[in-house]
Order: sequence, then structure tokens, then C-alpha cells
Amino acid sequence: MQDTYNAFLSTVEIPSSAKGVLSGIRVAVKDNISTKDIPTTCASKILTGYIPPYDAHAVELLKAAGATIAGKTNMDEFGMGTTTENSAFGPALNPRDTSRVTGGSSGGSAAAVAGGLVSMALGSDTGGSIRCPASYCGIVGLKPSYGRVSRYGLIAYANSFEQIGPMAANVTDTAKLFSVIAGHDRRDSTSVAKPYDFAGLHAEIKGKVIGVPKEYFGEGVDKDVAASVEKSIQKLEELGAVTREVSLPSMQYALAAYYVTCTCEASSNLDRFDGVRYGPEPEMNLPWHDAYTKVRAAGFGPEVRRRILLGTFALSAGYYGKYYVKAQHAKQLIRRDFLRVLTDCDILAGPTMPNVAPKLGEMTANPLQMYQTDILTVPINIAGIPAISVPCGTAHGMPVGLQLMGRMFGEEALLNAALAFEEAA
Amino acid sequence: MVSENDVLHIAELADIGIATAELGKFTEQFNAILEYFDILDTLEAKDSLERPLVNVFREDEVKPCLSQEEVLRNSHNPEDGYIRAPKVI
Repeated sequence: MQDTYNAFLSTVEIPSSAKGVLSGIRVAVKDNISTKDIPTTCASKILTGYIPPYDAHAVELLKAAGATIAGKTNMDEFGMGTTTENSAFGPALNPRDTSRVTGGSSGGSAAAVAGGLVSMALGSDTGGSIRCPASYCGIVGLKPSYGRVSRYGLIAYANSFEQIGPMAANVTDTAKLFSVIAGHDRRDSTSVAKPYDFAGLHAEIKGKVIGVPKEYFGEGVDKDVAASVEKSIQKLEELGAVTREVSLPSMQYALAAYYVTCTCEASSNLDRFDGVRYGPEPEMNLPWHDAYTKVRAAGFGPEVRRRILLGTFALSAGYYGKYYVKAQHAKQLIRRDFLRVLTDCDILAGPTMPNVAPKLGEMTANPLQMYQTDILTVPINIAGIPAISVPCGTAHGMPVGLQLMGRMFGEEALLNAALAFEEAA
Repeated sequence: MVSENDVLHIAELADIGIATAELGKFTEQFNAILEYFDILDTLEAKDSLERPLVNVFREDEVKPCLSQEEVLRNSHNPEDGYIRAPKVI
């Protein structure tokens, strides 16, 4: 396999002898998903040399379905980023234009699919990390409902948001991969028993009510991207859907609520990386604070350190009420907003990203600017509902993603609508 | 506004090293992000927080698990079935 996109951090060919829906299909796995006996680094130096002694639940299911594991894909370190430039092993390159980023954090998975190296890949989506690179690279990516795919074996960054999900070149393959990984796992206490039946996949959009949140076409959304998405929504109308404008006023708080909460969770989750049980060896003759600090300073990249610091600060005495508690209130409002509009509408539609893939290096200097490009994807993770990004044309010569968002555990409706759109496009 | 000293203090609490050369830039970016978070201050939180989730318990049963050898495989300093760590006292 010629990987000219730096899509993979390690390549393997481990065929499964099991017979199943993925027999003979090569599937790439994001490098924050544990794979027994295959190095798993989260694209971080702090996990250099780590070889998991067990498989994530999703990987067990891939093997049981006959899939061949094709390797571990590049990503933003620990899933923190929107471009896959925060990888300790260099950025992944966008197969559509190698001078541009893939999006993140599942950029390696998207590049592997878009570049034709594999037909399917697993990603993980904490604030858009599947949908963003799917949009930038012109493939399909599904962020499942919270709890529908087990997080057992996913190296935790922000547990209350993240989900493992499928990425593929088309809706049918995305649905097929989703049917393999969805379902209950008792090792994840947030897991629900909602398997997905691939046999139920059929193009269906006629008569569906599609809400178009006006906030998804607000300030910061590139006008050519917006035009491409608006044209796609017209296409859905031509296919028999009924559209109506809706409003999600609490969206103004989404980004702040998301970044406060995810940095708080990250500061706690990443506390375990100190070199004692795995990773670079700490200096045993130093006091433990100094030994850990040395390992963590050398092992974590700037974005990870920034988020750990932000989270530690936001959880500290005196600031907990100002940041964390308020973020939880904002989350509640956002969830209610989505619940309200999804009572009257079957599906919501808008752009996945406010822009097309930026050039390499364009976003790295200003973290806040990078965070702001997540504005259209993070509300979904806050609400816990599913969303899919489907290619819907181009702007500035690069792919644009149409984001379809659905009711809790409503992946069936989303995939069927996405298939109807794909077939008509 | 947080000062460079505040950032150093937080870094110490989190066992994250900050080099002197990067302290200024880190503090500046930190403040820009915190300023953005201030939008949460405009939120009128009239309602108390909902707790729609329930704890999921399971029986505490003995099940097959990783062997001690597998668990220690990634450690640099296993000794007599334990992992050695830097000195705490």
C-alpha cells in the first residue's frame, strides 16, 4: 500500500478468518482505538511504544464480521484538533489537494478512504472529528447517537461527547460498517442495546420534514459553501421532502460550553499519562511531580497541553462555578433546543463545516480560530444526537459536506435520507 | 485575565511543563480563549440542572481478565509483579 497522504501511522494486514458482512474488506482504524498487539499511539509521543493487550469492542466486532484490519490512522493528538496537523507524526494530506489539510481529528481515516487506500475506516467524533474530515475530503462520515457504539477500548479524551463511528466513500458502505459496530456492550456503562439492521437501508426522503436551522447559515459560513448546501436542500425538496426554517437560539453558547466541558474532561482523562504503566520511562531518581512533569512536557504537544491547562483552570476552586457549571446549563439549553425542533422535524440539514479544507499551516497559529470552525458540528455532540456528513458538491474547487442531523437513535432515518440524496446527486 | 504566574501555577498543578520561551504566547492564547468563554456569563440559568441519567450497575462477578504478564507488558519497571514508580516521599 502506497501511503502518500501520511494517512497511516502503522500499516498491518491482519485478515480475519471469520465469515461476515465485512469478509475480505480492509478497514482502517483510528489510532485512538485499541488494537491488540498493534501499536496504538493517539498520534502522541507519550504513547510511543504502547501495544494494547486487548481490542476495543468495535475492533472485536470488525474481526468477527470478517474484516481485515489495514492499519492505524493518523489523527490530531488525542483527538484534539480540526486539521490533523496536531499529530506528533506530521499532518495527513488531503487526497483532493495535498497542499490542504484533511480536517480532523479523524483526518487519517478520511484520507485513507478518500485516497482509495481502504474502502472503510473507523473514526471517533468528539466535537465533529468524523464529520469535519469527511466534509473536507469528500466522503461520508456518521457520528452515531451517544451510547449506540461502545466506547470500550477508545482511549478517552472527553467521554461525555465522543463516539466511535463509520467513515466510507458512500452511504451504503457507511451503513454496512455501522451495522457491524452498533449494539450493546456491558463493558461500557453508557452503551445502549440499539443495533442497526443494514437490511433496512433504503433511499427514503419523500414526505419527511426537514428543518433548516438559520444559525447554520450565519456569520462565518463561507458563502460558496452555503450556496452549495442550499442547492442540496433544494434537491431534497425536489425529492419530496418538506423544508422549513427553524431556529436554535442556544447555539451561541455551544462552542464555549463544548470547549469548557471537553477540556475539563481531558484534564482528568489525560492525567493517567505519566510514563509509569506505559509510554516513555520516567526518571526514577526524581521526586514524582518532577518526574511526571518531565515525561508529560516532552510527551504532549502544545494543543494537548493547552487543553489540559484550560481544563485544570476551569475546574479549579473559584472558577468551577464560572465555567463548568455554566457550561452544563448551556448544554441543557442546547439539548432542549434540538429536542424541540426535532419534535416537528424529522431531520435537520445544514453545512457540516463553515468552510472548505484550509491550506496546511493556515490554522495552526490561532487556536481560537480553529475552535470556531467547529461551530456547526459541536452542538450535535452536546445534544448526543446522530449526524451524518454527505458530499454535496464543491466550493473553491474543494468538497463541501451536507450535514443531516436526526433524532436520538434515529440513524435509520438519517442513513435513508443520505442514501436518497446520494442517489439523486 | 490570567497572568504568566497563574499559568505557571496551573501548569504545576497539572504536571505540565511550560518552558519560559513559550510562556508569553501560551498566556496570550489562554486569555483569548477565556475571553471567548465569557459568553457563558450572559446565560440566564433559571432552571436547575436536569439529571436525566441513571447509574448503570452490574453484578460484581469474577470474569476472565488480562493476565498479570499482559498488564505489565508496557511498563519499563515491573518488579515482582508490581510496577515501580518515582519516589513519592
